[in-house]
Amino acid sequence: MKHVNRAITVLIFLFLYLPMAVLIVGSFNTGSNLSHFDGFTLSRYAELFQDRALLALMRNSIVLSLLASVIATAFGTMAAVGIRALRPRLRGAVMAVTNIPMTNPDIVTGISLSLLFVFVGSGLLGMRQSLSFWTLLIAHITFNLPYVILNVMPKLNQMDPALHDAALDLGCTNVQAFFKVTIHEIMPGILSGAVMAFTMSLDDFVISYFVSGTDFVTLPVEIYNYVKKPIPPRVYALFTLLFLLILVLMTVMNLLQVRTDRSRSASHRAGMIKEEKR
Amino acid sequence: MRKNRTVFLSIPYLLWMLVFTLIPLGVVAYYAFTDVSTGEFTLANILSLGQYIGNIGDSMLYALVSALICLLLGYPVAYFIAKQSPVAQKFLYMLVMLPMCMSFLLRTMAWVGLLQDTGIINNLLEAIGLSRLPLIRTPAAVVLGMVYNYLPYMILPLYATIVKIDPKLIEAAQDLGCNGAQCFRRVTLPLSIPGILSGMTMVFVPAVSTFYISQKLGSSDTILIGDLIEKLFKQAYNPNMGSALSLLLMVLVFIAVAIMNRFGGEEDGVIV
Amino acid sequence: MSKELIRLHDLVVEFDGERILDSMNLYINDHEFLTLLGPSGCGKTTTLRIIGGFLSPTSGTVTFDGRVINDVPPHARQINTVFQRYALFPHLDVYDNVAFGLRVAKKPKAEIDKRVKNMLEVVSLKGYETRRIDSLSGGQQQRVAIARALVNEPKVLLLDEPLGALDLRLRKDMQNELKRIQQSTGITFIYVTHDQEEALSMSDTVVVMDKGRIQQIGRPEDIYNEPKNAFVADFIGESNILDGVMLSDYKVRFFGRVFDCVDKGFDPDESVDVVIRPEDVDIVPVRQGHLVGTVTGITFKGLNYDIIVEFKGFKWLIQTPDYHGVGETIGIRLNPEDIHIMHKSEYSGMFGDYSSYSAEYDELTEDAADEEE
Repeated sequence: MKHVNRAITVLIFLFLYLPMAVLIVGSFNTGSNLSHFDGFTLSRYAELFQDRALLALMRNSIVLSLLASVIATAFGTMAAVGIRALRPRLRGAVMAVTNIPMTNPDIVTGISLSLLFVFVGSGLLGMRQSLSFWTLLIAHITFNLPYVILNVMPKLNQMDPALHDAALDLGCTNVQAFFKVTIHEIMPGILSGAVMAFTMSLDDFVISYFVSGTDFVTLPVEIYNYVKKPIPPRVYALFTLLFLLILVLMTVMNLLQVRTDRSRSASHRAGMIKEEKR
Repeated sequence: MRKNRTVFLSIPYLLWMLVFTLIPLGVVAYYAFTDVSTGEFTLANILSLGQYIGNIGDSMLYALVSALICLLLGYPVAYFIAKQSPVAQKFLYMLVMLPMCMSFLLRTMAWVGLLQDTGIINNLLEAIGLSRLPLIRTPAAVVLGMVYNYLPYMILPLYATIVKIDPKLIEAAQDLGCNGAQCFRRVTLPLSIPGILSGMTMVFVPAVSTFYISQKLGSSDTILIGDLIEKLFKQAYNPNMGSALSLLLMVLVFIAVAIMNRFGGEEDGVIV
Repeated sequence: MSKELIRLHDLVVEFDGERILDSMNLYINDHEFLTLLGPSGCGKTTTLRIIGGFLSPTSGTVTFDGRVINDVPPHARQINTVFQRYALFPHLDVYDNVAFGLRVAKKPKAEIDKRVKNMLEVVSLKGYETRRIDSLSGGQQQRVAIARALVNEPKVLLLDEPLGALDLRLRKDMQNELKRIQQSTGITFIYVTHDQEEALSMSDTVVVMDKGRIQQIGRPEDIYNEPKNAFVADFIGESNILDGVMLSDYKVRFFGRVFDCVDKGFDPDESVDVVIRPEDVDIVPVRQGHLVGTVTGITFKGLNYDIIVEFKGFKWLIQTPDYHGVGETIGIRLNPEDIHIMHKSEYSGMFGDYSSYSAEYDELTEDAADEEE
């Protein structure tokens, strides 16, 4: 049974990574067809760095994701602290609303926001262009918020409430207690919420597709527009670079975590041994 | 008592969710019940949803089949990862996460390159002397695209549930006379039900509403709900009909989620 | 004793219509070691949280040094707390934990350093400055928690079941240590526990609480020797509690027999509860006994045997160094000073009958209810 599981796992990983391998190989292809490897070249990468339009789209995506995830993280963390202080009944209701953007299909979230923006912008305010960078940003913050709250909330619940009391006891005001104690306790949740929000934003296409205007377009939305024309191979080069970047980032984060886990358990053992000797 | 003032921190968020989550859904409902040209109240949009019954049925069927295949493929993988050393678990988890961070449009395009009539797989088949197969523009290709894209959404919650199962429970079951298969059927499987339901939901919801996978990998007569909504908004410019369809999609999804939750009881903690 | 420092006046606390504290009145003197003792859910932790400022009473006042402090937030009170499970900050090392309060108060760096080092010495944790909290044992964490509170030189130290998480041996050591620290610093300690032995051995004053009300206040000896009602008699040590009638001063009748006692001031023929401590009963040959009974159970307890003896259908617990087999008939004698008389109370008839006694003492476990307070 063990061997069967191992074999299935290997096959599934091949399945998951095969298309990405195709794209990466495509980035070194002299031809522009993914199905035919005509010859090896690095020129796609040179093209990429000369393609100002593509780089601008990339920059748009990153700026938007950073802004949306940072705002959502601060806003969501604050909200999580507030929600926890609500009465249990009300808290349940608020969490149900928080889950709506998570369970609702992206396309429904996208068109509902788009209708709201058009309804208010064109209908009530008489704007000619109701969709813009700002509507895009609002939409991204909105779908990022639940990820932050759902990551921070468990950490808040796990935290010993006496820690906050202890900070007050030692002279902190509520606000000081939050920044000196609580925030350190829930930091892993804040960070994973922020990372998740950022990646969700960066790769979001469906919602962005419905709420972005012409003034500010993100990379995924532009790639969708390639439906009409063939994808230029430098996009594959960009994909390859992003793949490497994320791979390295994730590996480094994992290694750091493994190391802190190890040193922590080692120092814990040392403490236990010392105590026994006393 | 003294905590009361902390409650105010939730107010900006509540307002935000009201304005950007609840009210937009109200706007969808408003459009669904008004006429596209006159703006008057009408039931016409809702009543004419019947014409799309075939597309709706197809969408549900594709999504359900994909979710089940994801479960069959994802369970052994999640189980295998959960049984590795903590360090190996972290890295395998990362490898499952990574594709989710990469552009799903491009990854779907790669499948076009693999499956199309002059694609990589058919080239290989021909090279070893076999005939080319019609792979792309088939229902199977759509299901494959869905399984490929949403499989990580199945593996991650499954893994999170399985890894939490106390190994002592397995030992207890062995102690009480269960062999390997019995242990799995009587202990591991029942305890992983929350993960299974959460995974099914997380695959079903995006699969039932997708509009890119079917456009790229499906035949021209495979038109799913997502495709219809997209066309109604972006091409036909009939947001009222699109809203009616969205409303229906939302209802279907909430029914599906409610059914899953009913079977699963509480499923907190399984977030991915 | 010295002057009064804290006064609680008519404190009432209600949560969702449930009364947690029922008009509590108490004053606490400067330099006193006062213990709030009671079972889980009796309101002792609630009282402590009100003094600490973490909870506002529904009604009533808290006075500190003659000033009403109901609306003073915790950080502005000259009171520090040692929390139940220490509540040490896991992201800080030992030194930074202890220095926390001084840093918030923006003391000069040199002074902080001096006071922290000094305090670590007091709690015998010199050399542990840079240790992580999770690398410390329970006893060490306990010391850090005490140092972190005391370094701020509070007027009052609140201790919420501080020894609950330690094992028995360590708990005894820490009891002595706490007493020593209290005496050397002269700081007022308000201590919460459900462990009667801990309360009796450490405190100047014990406040026994149940159901949100004070049942008795007194010195440990008085609480033990002169319990005010059946609850206190049962909660503090083991007690046989019998129905009796006070015939006149120094004369009480129970089990159909008149005994001499040392209590007076009851109404003539008043129904009373009579308390007999298991260790006060003398076992004598049958002929010499005031009462004669049959042994129905025996448990070896190390220092002595606990035997259950049946007198006319009522079972007593008696502690004796000698072995008495089940079925044996024995006589007992009671000296006047061994007989404690109490007025009837709402607790009469609820405690002090060992008919269903099993070898295990009821373990008082702190359940979630107490923490919810």
